[in-house]
Amino acid sequence: MSQDTLFDKVWDLHKVSSLPGGSDQIFIGLHLIHEVTSPQAFGALKDKKLKVKFPDRTVATVDHIVPTDNQSRPFKDNLAEQMIEKLEKNCLEHKIRFFNIGSGNQGIVHVVAPELGLTQPGMTIACGDSHTSTHGAFGSIAFGIGTSQVRDVLATQTLAMNKLKVRQIWCDNKLSKGVYAKDLVLHIINKLGVKAGVGFAYEFAGPAIHELSMEERMTICNMSIEGGARCGYINPDEKTFSYIKNKLYAPKNEHWDRALRWWESLKSDENSIYDDIIKLDASKVEPTVTWGITPGQSISINQQIPLLDELSPNDKLVAEEAYEYMSFKPGQLIKDTPIDVCFIGSCTNGRISDLRVAAKVLKGKKVSKNVKAFAVPGSEKVATEAKQEGLDQIFKDSGFQWREPGCSMCLAMNSDKLIGNQVSASSSNRNFKGRQGSPSGRTLLMSPAMVAAAAINGKVSDVREFIN
Amino acid sequence: MKSDFTPPIGKISNINGQCISLIGNDIDTDRIIPARFLKCVNFDSLGESVFEDDRKTLKGKHPFDLDENKNASILVVNSNFGCGSSREHAPQALMRWGIKAIIGESFADIFYSNCIAIGIPCFTLPKKSIEEIQNYCNNQSLLLEIDLKNSLAKSKDLNFNLEIKESSRKMFLSGEWDATSTLLDNKNLIENKFNQLPYIKFNTNFL
Repeated sequence: MSQDTLFDKVWDLHKVSSLPGGSDQIFIGLHLIHEVTSPQAFGALKDKKLKVKFPDRTVATVDHIVPTDNQSRPFKDNLAEQMIEKLEKNCLEHKIRFFNIGSGNQGIVHVVAPELGLTQPGMTIACGDSHTSTHGAFGSIAFGIGTSQVRDVLATQTLAMNKLKVRQIWCDNKLSKGVYAKDLVLHIINKLGVKAGVGFAYEFAGPAIHELSMEERMTICNMSIEGGARCGYINPDEKTFSYIKNKLYAPKNEHWDRALRWWESLKSDENSIYDDIIKLDASKVEPTVTWGITPGQSISINQQIPLLDELSPNDKLVAEEAYEYMSFKPGQLIKDTPIDVCFIGSCTNGRISDLRVAAKVLKGKKVSKNVKAFAVPGSEKVATEAKQEGLDQIFKDSGFQWREPGCSMCLAMNSDKLIGNQVSASSSNRNFKGRQGSPSGRTLLMSPAMVAAAAINGKVSDVREFIN
Repeated sequence: MKSDFTPPIGKISNINGQCISLIGNDIDTDRIIPARFLKCVNFDSLGESVFEDDRKTLKGKHPFDLDENKNASILVVNSNFGCGSSREHAPQALMRWGIKAIIGESFADIFYSNCIAIGIPCFTLPKKSIEEIQNYCNNQSLLLEIDLKNSLAKSKDLNFNLEIKESSRKMFLSGEWDATSTLLDNKNLIENKFNQLPYIKFNTNFL
């Protein structure tokens, strides 16, 4: 059992009681909600005649269903309109802070909370969304929950949970040029497998992690869940504190000093005990692309799609399904695979630094005429910043469509969808069958820079050929 | 979908029913219920859409479409079932189709918690035993009697010692799987915890 890790410390700090069944009751410091997984929870509160216990500890925004072309109300999609109206009504009734479209603070929930300074070290954070692990980048313990648990957090500000084990993933050296956080996390998931993290929190550590910016760290923690770990975190450091400083909801003045003193004390002890430790060399990671139907099915840009015999018995079943669904032949190169749609956005890679990297690749170039390409900023703040820097113009000049903030084609709950068996190069997080809106649509996950390179060439390309 | 759906309440100690086998590793929640069906403000109509895209692809040959499975209530799956999105819509859709318990090689964490929270016990068995059940189901219908008190599954031909997290097993037997009231029992402790947390004090502009 782990001891003295950041996870242990934050867990113990938030433990309210040991429940009769043997699980722990954990206080949730920050609860984030959105329109998809909250309406039934508010409904259940009503049925049980319960109130929201700490309305100030819950913050709402709208992201999954919002259109990215025309956000004027009412939305063209009647069901989407109903969902946003329900959220508006619930937030009003229960006095919950809501960052609506046009507030300047709306966006993907996992982009918004950090950029507003709501996400802070040492907190427990829960949200009815599996990518809540993103917030672990700040040294908080953050995890996704379902709607019944959203109900429990609303009603009690606590959850019944079993403590997770802790696996440290130590990344030596640093990433090479043209290789990004997305490549590293895809590499980790490939090496460990998509279910290795079940029952674990992942602590990402080592020089390569320390080197990453806060936004890159968010990309890493965001995809912990794709490796099966519902929680992923990084010990906070100077970069964490300076990212938070002066954000809207960050502590100010003497409160900042107090916060800083506490945050600086929050990290895994040098001699802490982990349930497991994995070490890898980040300098060996290359631009990485998924070829299959799970985020674990990835290869480096110059590799071949694995042969069945090269895979472990456990991976064979899904690999066979993937070859068929993706129409790939074992042994085929991933490079030069023709692409129909390019998507840059999502809670994984829809932040300002992602748009900057992609814009750098796109500047002065044109998107291939066979490709539909669109960029969806992660939040209104990201969109504003991008416009101030002229990034939107670079995207538009290259032939990218520039859209309004939302989750968009990461999960295609709005009208941004693949059609038929189109192939997308996507900066999002899931390549599941049908994930991007078409039951036969195919998704190749990669870094935003790699998506930009694919857009220009109309096929999977090595971004390193663009940035020298 | 069963028209007489009533959600489970209270203690759950025995589940008797026919098994339905679904073969495949890493079956994610997008496949269990595609995102377009999440555009709803309640779970009521999800049962008919469970595995919608997989079922369409298999044109009537998906296990959830086979006539012999229409009354099944115990789902038998392989490894990492329910991975991906945290959508509770996935177990809600399964439950509304008629599933009352799941036996698998392994489950994704969030899916597992969601199942517990809505009253669907999830049990694990070694790969070999799961394959034994799935092979059996291929040829004939398997009626299982699950006894949660002793973690046993019995049938005419096959018997298994099921694995389930002890905390989950106890919660089903006591009825505390519906956690809200148990959590609320500790309201003073919750208040105390709130007042003790360091960050509540320095986040004055949060409130």
